[in-house]
Amino acid sequence: MIQFLSYLVNGISLGSVYAIIALGYSMVYGIAKMLNFAHGDVIMIGAFVSFSATQYWGLSPLVSVLVSVIVCTVLGITIERLAYKPLRQASSLAVLITAIGMSYLLQNIALLIWGANPKSFASVVSIGTLSLFGGQLRITGETLVTVLANIVIMVALTLFTGRTKMGKAMRAVSEDKGAAELMGINVNATISLTFAIGSGLAAIAGVLLCSSYPVLMPTTGAMPGIKAFTAAVFGGIGSIPGALVGGILLGVIEILGKAYVSTELGDALVFAVLIVVLLVKPTGLLGKKVNEKV
Amino acid sequence: MKHMKKINKTFASNLITYGMVVAAFLLCQLAQSGTLEWFKMSRSLRGQLVPICVYIVMAVSLNLTVGISGELSLGHAGFMSVGAFSGILASQLIAAAFPEASLELPRLLAALITGGLVAGLAGVLIGIPVLRLRGDYLAIVTLAFGEIIRNLLNCVYFSIDGSSFHAGFLNPSLPGKLLINGPMGATGVEKLASFEAGFVLVIFTLIVVLNLVNSRSGRAIMAIRDNRIAAESVGIPVTKYRMMAFVTSAVLAGMAGALYGLNYSTVQAAKFKFDTSILILVFVVLGGIGNIRGSIIAAALLTVLPEVLRSFGEYRMLIYAIVLILVMLATNNPAFKAALGRILPHARRENSLKEADKA
Repeated sequence: MIQFLSYLVNGISLGSVYAIIALGYSMVYGIAKMLNFAHGDVIMIGAFVSFSATQYWGLSPLVSVLVSVIVCTVLGITIERLAYKPLRQASSLAVLITAIGMSYLLQNIALLIWGANPKSFASVVSIGTLSLFGGQLRITGETLVTVLANIVIMVALTLFTGRTKMGKAMRAVSEDKGAAELMGINVNATISLTFAIGSGLAAIAGVLLCSSYPVLMPTTGAMPGIKAFTAAVFGGIGSIPGALVGGILLGVIEILGKAYVSTELGDALVFAVLIVVLLVKPTGLLGKKVNEKV
Repeated sequence: MKHMKKINKTFASNLITYGMVVAAFLLCQLAQSGTLEWFKMSRSLRGQLVPICVYIVMAVSLNLTVGISGELSLGHAGFMSVGAFSGILASQLIAAAFPEASLELPRLLAALITGGLVAGLAGVLIGIPVLRLRGDYLAIVTLAFGEIIRNLLNCVYFSIDGSSFHAGFLNPSLPGKLLINGPMGATGVEKLASFEAGFVLVIFTLIVVLNLVNSRSGRAIMAIRDNRIAAESVGIPVTKYRMMAFVTSAVLAGMAGALYGLNYSTVQAAKFKFDTSILILVFVVLGGIGNIRGSIIAAALLTVLPEVLRSFGEYRMLIYAIVLILVMLATNNPAFKAALGRILPHARRENSLKEADKA
């Protein structure tokens, strides 16, 4: 039982990271209607920047996170301006391929700067391990911080999109770009803002992910990226609570599957659950159903 | 009369496609034999000949799903891996059954056919759930299936002990010689694939796909792509035709996979990961969605490009990525399109048709 609880906690921790990454995918998809495949690599860049900041420049862990968030935010806006903005009118597949090209580009830039050898990432969390039930259930500081960060980000984003003018503009653009423009909303600025928020969150996710799983190399972001994207679809893409639910469920299923079914088949199990969910509810758990017209 | 003209035009276009492939094949053969002064093939380039054929078949078959049938598939490498492993198994089993005879050609053929059939079966099984979905959700489910196939193949073990076969799952200890060894993949594969076999497979693929596209079924598939509800309302059985395109594409990918598997001494499931599916999608999109000839050219050029860029050393993949992004930006730039239209009146007409479609 305690064993199960400990797996569950690990699952929620991993799921929280997925949820934060999934938010980036989901928001960008909601507004720009594009699958930003480079998002997973922004996570990797974020983790590398934080790594360099602590290892080479001697900054404190907290400052390094801040630096990495700033770098990734700027990176996200730059990517959007240079690669995606000229393709606003192009087919969605053209944008998809450009995003894939961008993903290759980021991986190879990281390869040139930081090399192919895996780096061991020192955790940025300095809180000790929490022991419950007389030391039987141990929750690491990383887990606590990850879950807490996830909750804070979710609440903040929900308030932001619900209450502020910018947030409402974002929702309006995702609903109908043309109508939003007619209402005087600056669509381009809103899309840039979305990329900025998504990329900033990716930096946080990268640091948290590597604090729990400390192997860092240029391909680190790829698999979590795909899984988080799956999580976003799982919960219903375009929805903030959907990203949370999808991310946490995916993390829990993955850890429990690896623990109780088989280590090799953990990923297969995750994707199998996704397929079943999409067959029963084709727009994800919390997605909206859109009626089709001829 | 007008109808006749249309048929002749399709025929001529197909003829150009076949001619291009045959000409490229002959050129490569001449270059390989060293008779051409101005075109000598390096060793690494020669090693790319079979992969080029494999990727052409993959790109053309994916174009059938993405371009002709209009469904974005992100798991095409899954069918390739199924074909590769079943094809290798078939060729090894025949070799084990007739140890004395040298049956290279029949073994290669058996591998291709088995690879195609097993991948086709996988296509049917996957197609039933996948084709209930649409758009991005369909794409993500194909991605999921691709990952599941890779994960499962990582756990498959197959051994041969004298005249009996043993199959196992998840780390069993099997007696005899291991043919497929879980994550280590298939080992000790005899290299049966050749450039000539690749060429024949490309031609076979073209015959299948081009004839399908220009048939009644092909027109039905395209009608469903353009407007599913309208096609359904005029009595086209939607599921049947979507399935037809999907399974044909899977069969061809399986055959390509079998050829690919027999080109290397070891093949791991990890070779057919998500990146491979994406790579093939890049060929299709760069070549022009729905444009078979474009897929062939893009697959060949982009497979060779990293070899050509080898002199750039570690910057090679960086340049590849930049080229990819720049090509996408340029081909979608209205000013560039207009300039292209002035040079090629044919392209201009198609563009204006597309714009009229949008409006």
